[in-house]
Amino acid sequence: MNWIYQPWPWYVAGPLIGVTVPLLLLVGNKNLGVSSSFRHVCAAILPMRIPLFNYDWKKESWSLLFAAGVILGGFLAGFVFANPDPVAIAQSTEDYFSFFGIATSPGLMPSELFNWQTLFSLKGFLLMIVGGFLVGFGTRYARGCTSGHGILGLSALQWPSLLATASFFAGGILFSKYVLPYILSL
Amino acid sequence: MKNIKYLLIGTFFGFVLTKGEAISWYRIQEMFRFESFHMFGIFMTAVPVGALSLWIIRKFKIKSADGSDIEMPRKPYHHGIVIGSLLFGFGWALTGACPGPIYAQLGSGVLVTIVTLLAALAGTWTYGLLQKHLPD
Repeated sequence: MNWIYQPWPWYVAGPLIGVTVPLLLLVGNKNLGVSSSFRHVCAAILPMRIPLFNYDWKKESWSLLFAAGVILGGFLAGFVFANPDPVAIAQSTEDYFSFFGIATSPGLMPSELFNWQTLFSLKGFLLMIVGGFLVGFGTRYARGCTSGHGILGLSALQWPSLLATASFFAGGILFSKYVLPYILSL
Repeated sequence: MKNIKYLLIGTFFGFVLTKGEAISWYRIQEMFRFESFHMFGIFMTAVPVGALSLWIIRKFKIKSADGSDIEMPRKPYHHGIVIGSLLFGFGWALTGACPGPIYAQLGSGVLVTIVTLLAALAGTWTYGLLQKHLPD
């Protein structure tokens, strides 16, 4: 039963993530995509008169159940069957983190950064609130995220999805290289 | 409750994302710094598995469980593909999470990431508000 506590290598996790694509299509003709669930929540809670949020979101309720499942999956894999050891990242990345006083302790997120105290500092505000806002804003603007464009769109050989994937990697690479170090030193 | 199957598939997806550490802020930074193959390996195996299964579905005209024809997903170009994705990339580097992992981070017990989720909802809502003023 050790395998359920240990992290899975990429050659196990990757193919299983890919399997989600046919699974959703075969079971109910649904397209893999997570960011659309944000739209459905907006449509359900605060549609106002915004065209993007005025549609019958109940027809898309499968997407909300899927999202609830992802929370449950995270709970099982990251809490119930949590890896007791720190994430085994590269030594160079570990050195980079320790330069900013971030230790790699057990858990998937650095507790130095993601806690309720830092939330009320500029650093935590940028990491969680600005970061989350950009994820929600950007994925809706792009009409898809890592799953909808990066996995499904690329699997369907859609060139705009390749452009989307290249763009969000470009954004992440540039940001982590040129901006993030300043935020981590706050 | 015919939709309960999507809860199960979502649980599977969240479980695999988490066990593959694709929801880890550490792993995302490592990926953007090109210091490990791990995350790239995930993409480079997930996509061929997805592509191969789509090819099989199309080749053998396999229908969905409800008997409907499976249409190949289409992702048409619009400028938001580039602009939106760049902005999303900045957010991904900050939070260590794309939308799936936002949910999984919360589930894994880092309760403060509920703030990330609420901020993402606010971001989506704000995009909806501003949509008509932005280049498509």
